[in-house]
This record gives sequence, C-alpha cells and structure tokens, in this order.
Amino acid sequence: MARKLNLRIWRGDSDSGELKDVQVEVNEGEVVLDVIHRVQATQMGDLAVRWNCKAGKCGSCSMEINGKPRLACMTQVASYPEGETITVTPLRAFPVIKDLVTDVSFNYKKAMEIPAYAPPADLAPGDARMQQVDVERSQEFRKCIECFLCQDVCHVVRDHEENKKSFAGPRFFIRIAELDMHPLDILKNRKKTAQEEHGLGMCNITKCCTEVCPEHIRITDNAIIPMKERVVDIKYDPARWLGSKIRKREGL
Amino acid sequence: MTIERHNYDVLIIGAGGAGLRAAVEAREAGLRVAIICKSLFGKAHTVMAEGGAAASMGNVNDNDNWMVHFRDTMRGGKFLNHYRMAELHAKEAPDRIWELEVWGALFDRTKEGKISQRNFGGHEYPRLAHVGDRTGLELIRTMQQRIVALQQQDGRDFGDMECNIKVFAELTIIDILKENGKVSGAYGYWRETGAEVLFEAPAVVIATGGVGKTFKITSNSWEGTGDGHALALKAGANLVDMEFLQFHPTGMVWPPSVRGILVTESVRGEGGVLTNNVGERFMFKYIPEVFKKMYADNEEEADRWYEDQDNNRRPPELLPRDEVARAINTEVKAGRGTEHGGVFLDVSKRLSAEVIKKRLPSMWHQFYELAGVDITKEPMEVGPTCHYVMGGVEVEPDTAAAVGVPGLFAAGEVAGGMHGSNRLGGNSLTDLLVFGRRAGAAAAQYVKNSGKNPVSEAAITAAAAKIQAPFDREGGENSYSLHAELQEITHNLVGIIRTGAELQSAIEKIADIRKRSANVSVSGGRKFNPGFHLAFDLDNMLLVAESTAKSAIAREESRGGHTRDDFPGMNNKWRQVNHISSFDGTKVNVREQVLPMLPKELFDLFDVHELEKYMTPEEIAKGGSN
Repeated sequence: MARKLNLRIWRGDSDSGELKDVQVEVNEGEVVLDVIHRVQATQMGDLAVRWNCKAGKCGSCSMEINGKPRLACMTQVASYPEGETITVTPLRAFPVIKDLVTDVSFNYKKAMEIPAYAPPADLAPGDARMQQVDVERSQEFRKCIECFLCQDVCHVVRDHEENKKSFAGPRFFIRIAELDMHPLDILKNRKKTAQEEHGLGMCNITKCCTEVCPEHIRITDNAIIPMKERVVDIKYDPARWLGSKIRKREGL
Repeated sequence: MTIERHNYDVLIIGAGGAGLRAAVEAREAGLRVAIICKSLFGKAHTVMAEGGAAASMGNVNDNDNWMVHFRDTMRGGKFLNHYRMAELHAKEAPDRIWELEVWGALFDRTKEGKISQRNFGGHEYPRLAHVGDRTGLELIRTMQQRIVALQQQDGRDFGDMECNIKVFAELTIIDILKENGKVSGAYGYWRETGAEVLFEAPAVVIATGGVGKTFKITSNSWEGTGDGHALALKAGANLVDMEFLQFHPTGMVWPPSVRGILVTESVRGEGGVLTNNVGERFMFKYIPEVFKKMYADNEEEADRWYEDQDNNRRPPELLPRDEVARAINTEVKAGRGTEHGGVFLDVSKRLSAEVIKKRLPSMWHQFYELAGVDITKEPMEVGPTCHYVMGGVEVEPDTAAAVGVPGLFAAGEVAGGMHGSNRLGGNSLTDLLVFGRRAGAAAAQYVKNSGKNPVSEAAITAAAAKIQAPFDREGGENSYSLHAELQEITHNLVGIIRTGAELQSAIEKIADIRKRSANVSVSGGRKFNPGFHLAFDLDNMLLVAESTAKSAIAREESRGGHTRDDFPGMNNKWRQVNHISSFDGTKVNVREQVLPMLPKELFDLFDVHELEKYMTPEEIAKGGSN
C-alpha cells in the first residue's frame, strides 16, 4: 500500500525561507497532516506546524496546499494525482512565525472589537423561549471553527496589508450576523457598525470565503449579502434616510 | 538573563470549558486573572465534545430531577464516585446550562421553545442539552465570548481591555512554584519563541484536561498529555484512582490515519444499532445483572422504546460506555469483527438521510470526507478508543481545592472523584461548568484570605535550568521515538483488558523509558520547535502512565474503566477503596484510602436491593454515614 510522496514544504521564519523537497512514505487513507507529522518524526524534528483535533473540528491546521487554503487534516493525499508533488506553505495573509505556523493574532484582536452579545437585562436563567427555526439562522454561523481560511483567502486583506486596520473579515461578518439574528440580542445598530467600523462595505462578494469554508457556512449568501442589503436599504434610500434624520431612528 | 514576569491574583492553566468557567468566576469576584492556553484560544479539546451536556432540566420528560441524575451518575461510576461531587454536579448542572444561555449559547429547542434534551447511555431520561453534534464547540465559543464581553467591560471602565483578564495563548507551563508550602506561581515558555515566562500568583487552577496521548489509539488531540496531572503530582498533590480510563466504545477504525477519532454516542442515542460480521445485534448478550431491569433483552422492545419510553426498557446499545466497549472488544476477539477490526454501527436503517444530516451533521461530514463512507446509506466501522480519564487530582468536593497543596485547585477532566470508575456521556460538559465555577470562586476566596506569596530566585533558577537542559545535550534520545514506544506499551499492556503480569512488565518498561527520557536531546532552536515541546509533554505522560499502571496492578477486580482478565467481576470490598498516587521526586507511590460513605439522605435515594449489588452487608446495615 505504502508509496513515496514528493512533498515540498516551506521552511523559514519572518526573515527568510525557502521550499524544501522531501520524500516521505504515504499509506492508504492518509491526509496531508499525517505525512507532515511523519516528516517531523523522521526527518525534521523542529518542523513547525499547528494542529489539535485532527478531525476537522478545531480549525488549527490551516495552511495552503498547492496554493489553496485548506485544513491539512481534512485533505486526503489521494485527492491529488499519484506522482504529483504536493506543496505546503503557510497562510499568506498572516505574518510567518516559523515554517507552516503564522501569527493569526489579527483575528483575536478583531474578535475583541465586535460588540458582545447583549441580552435583555431582565432575562432570567431558564426563562428563554425560542423556536428551532429562529435559532437555526444563527446556529449556522456558530458552526464556525475559526480556522481563518476565509480570512486568509479574502483578497481585501490577502494582498493589502493596509486594509487590515479597517476590515474585520468574513469570520467576523458572520459573528456580527449571528448576533444580529440572535433571537435574544437587543443591541441596536449591529449592521451599521459592521458597515462603518468593521469594513463590510469593502467586501465585493466574490464568495471566495464561502468556497474555502470547511464547515460549508454560506458566509456570503446568508450573512454578508443580507447585511449589505439592509445597509443599502436604510442608509442609501433617500426617503428612509430623511425619515431617520427627522425621527432620529436608526433601526439598523 | 532577564525573564518575562507577570503578576496575577489567579492563574488558570488550561483554556477549555473548566478553565474558562473558573476564569469568569474569579474575574467576577473582582480579581485579576491570567488564562494559560497551550494552543490557540478556542481550540481546547472541549470542542470535540459532541453529544451534549447532561442536566436534569426536565424539559423533555418532567419526571427528571437532580436525584435521578445523581442515581444515574453513581450507577455509571459503579459507586466509586465521590458522592459529594456527584451530588453537587447533579444539583447545579441545570443552572450552569441556563447561565450559558444568558451568555448567548443557542441550544437546539423543544416545540415549546425550551432547551431540547436528548437520550444518552446510562441516563434514565432525555437529559443532554445539545447543539446538533457540536455541543462542545458551542460551550467553548460561549465561554470565549463571555471572556471577551468581560474584557470589553474592562475596556470601558479602565481603558484597557486586558487589564483584569488576559489570555496567554500558545504557552506551556512546566512547573508550579511553591514558597513556604503554598502555591506562589508557575513557570513556563512561549511555544512560539521558546522564551521563558514567570507568573507570580498565590492561587493556581489546573484545568488541563486529559491524558489520551499516553495511549496509541485515542480520541484526544496532541494537547492531552496529562500536563495538569503531572504538574499537580510534582507540586505535592495526589492523584486519585488513575487506573480508570474510559475507552469510548465507538471510535473510527478505518482508514488507519483516523483510527481513534470519536464517533459520538448520539449516533446510538438517535437509534444507531451495533452488529457484528454475521449481522447479529450482539448487545443483547452483554447486559450485566445490575442493569437487567432497565435494558430491553429483545429487539422488539428495544425498537419500541424509541417511540414509547414509559412502557419499554432501553436498547442495550445505550448501556454505560464501559459495558459497550468491553462487548465490542469481546466480539472482535471472538472473530466476529469487521475487516478492519471493529464492529458495525448503523443509523441508516432507522433514520432518513435528511434527519441524519440534520441531527448528526459533523458525523456525516467526518465519515464522508475521511473514510469515504456515506452514513445515510451504509454502516460505520467502529471500535474502542481511549477517550477520558476518570482518575485525577484529589480535590475537596465543595471547593475543588487540591488536597495537601494550599493555593492549588483543579477542575474538569484533570480532577478525580466525580465520575468514579466510569463517566456517563454528557456528564463531562456539565462537570466542567459546575466545578470550573466552584474552583474559580474558591480560588478567589483563597486569595482574598491569604494575600501574596512572592516567588524566590532559587525557584526560578531551578525551573529555568530544566528548560535549557535538552538543548545542552547532544546525541541523546529522540522524544518522538520515546513517545511512540510509550504508546505501544500502554496500548498493549495497560489497555482496555489488563492482567497482573502485563502490568508488571509495563511498570518496568515505563521506568526504563523514564530513565532514557532524562537524556532527550533536541535539534534546532527554541523557536516554535515541536521536538522541544514534546520533550516536556513526554515527561508528563510518563508520570501519568506510571501512576495508571501502578494503580491498575493494585486493584484486583474489574470495575468500570478498569478490566482485569485475572480478576473478572466486581468485588464489593474494592468499592470502598480509592488509590492515591503521590510522587516522591523519583517515582510514583500508590496507597489505599477509604472512600467516604454516602450520608443517609443520599443512601435513601436508592432501593436497598440495588445497593446490595455494590455494597457489603456491613455497609448496608449502617444505612449511610450519619
């Protein structure tokens, strides 16, 4: 069963690095993370790679495989033609720490900037009543495993470091949408701050984020577009705009 | 060399459910809290919990209450549980779930709009609050976001979001420090840079989870290396009943690269049946005497139960995990296993494809992507996998304070006692919340009473020397190979079925690896170097394995997650005994300690004839401790 695989691994740190070719044994059913671990245990003891659950549930082993953002634990070696070299490189949108490990702290900073869930002050434990159909909309977004592949692939930041300051990225647009659609959340203006503070307007819905999402969350269709539509509807409709000025109603 | 120093009131080691719940409680008590996270924030093993969180809210069957839950927990643990922990857990679990909802969790709902509850092995009523099959992820995200909410409040109040609660991600603690017999802090290194860090804190909460990586086939991630168990031992605390390991009956068995990955018990809760290679639904043969009244002995009744739970007994697929794991093991050994050494688990015959994808979405996904199996059409191949350690740090039940070490607390999987000899599915997520909260509160109270306890230079120098040592050695042992050797030994000799001779040989072999591990050398530098990280994790796993093997050889009976081929069957005398592991600096020592007896009010919750199956006539005659 075992065969030899040509694996090309990016090795280096924030100063410099290069692709190194290795030959490694691969067995039936193995995923890319398995062969990286084999290289680590037998050829490169200090090869840096993040991973945790190895079951597609924690979102740690994000990297680029043949240039595509993927989870290494969910990528079968057999999905590439036999004889083809597989190239693994670190996520491009984030600064490299070492080898396949990048500094993803950008995402944790953004997480701290999204206004937290705000339930009604008088919500007593055990009193909440919600229908399944109403929780399901937010539940889709709460499936997110924070692998940050959507953040990595998004061209708004992938090639434009300067945009990072004003752009939270798809992962946090679904977080805002999740709270906005949460049946108990009472904080107003989530869509407005998404537009004005978190860069929702910079997204031009190319759907790359949806394509790479390992949880198959429909980021663009179910979170970004509905929020954009509401923003346009209220912010740029002249009659609604005038109404909001006269009656001081926000309603976003 | 100047080292990075931090000063906090409470230091939490571990950022899973228990650690985060403790952090929230200590912060809300007004203290400054640091959370140490071995991987990135939000990746803790808690995310792997699939089935749900057990709490007797009674939303689906209103006969449920804390007393029923308490009874189920004690039965599941074969009465080796610390009664007080099981009692606190059963009483407080519903409040902890409702509290999550106030913090934004979105559980699946009943028709009336309440939190839905599902059936699970060993639970008399539908009791598990759940979100599809990703309940652990929901719990972690909710706690993670609760911490962010508290940080945002601090940002508004003090102008610095991280002034009172800060997460230190990708940092490993190698030693808990003590001065004057009390906790003074902890010492570790940043995984990213290898740079050393000192935390000064008079209270430390250990919430590091499990030990699965000690074994070859496990559902645990790389983080489950028993760090907290080992830190506690080295700090002078005790471990209780380390012989009890839960082998989850259903892990994936094929392909080899996914061997051990968990297949949630919800598959059986939702109607999945277990069959062998001749198509026999074999669990009916394995209903133990103590469970005969509660479990159906024929297919017709078992099938009716899914529709009418009041008038039928439960299907035997829903027996506690230890029973199911042993049954599968026996079937495979008798040659009735699948091609790849498992048995079949089939949910496709009872549920429609649509329902399966809705109720078990991540299972469908996992099998489809990793094994090429469509579980809506064909059966899964499953077999036992090392999943959970019942043993752990000996604690005071009410405060989660580690016995013998002032200032040290432990909660979650790393703490022992709550689950006795076998944990029921669903009891772990509520265990985290109930005792995480208690540990946080007690740590805060301790700090308010005791004040600071500065770290001495001598303690720092000693800890720093340990970190440098593997870099100074050349041509020594490879930590990856030693780890593989250890896993082979535990798998073969300390696994699901044990014998005295095998355990003796395991103890000798583990001691040999321990000796060689003192000579581990590391290639490359300090910067994000997994070989260097593993050198320290390996030390911890060796201590855990030694404690497990020595406790296992001492317990001459079979109970829960400890099965001795040479001593089959439970022995009521052994039910009165806990095994206490301590560390003398060179080796682990195990001694017997008497398990506290149930007080009368809890004793009286059981039918005395049931207790007779577990207790000696003298204990029955006493009728409780008071």
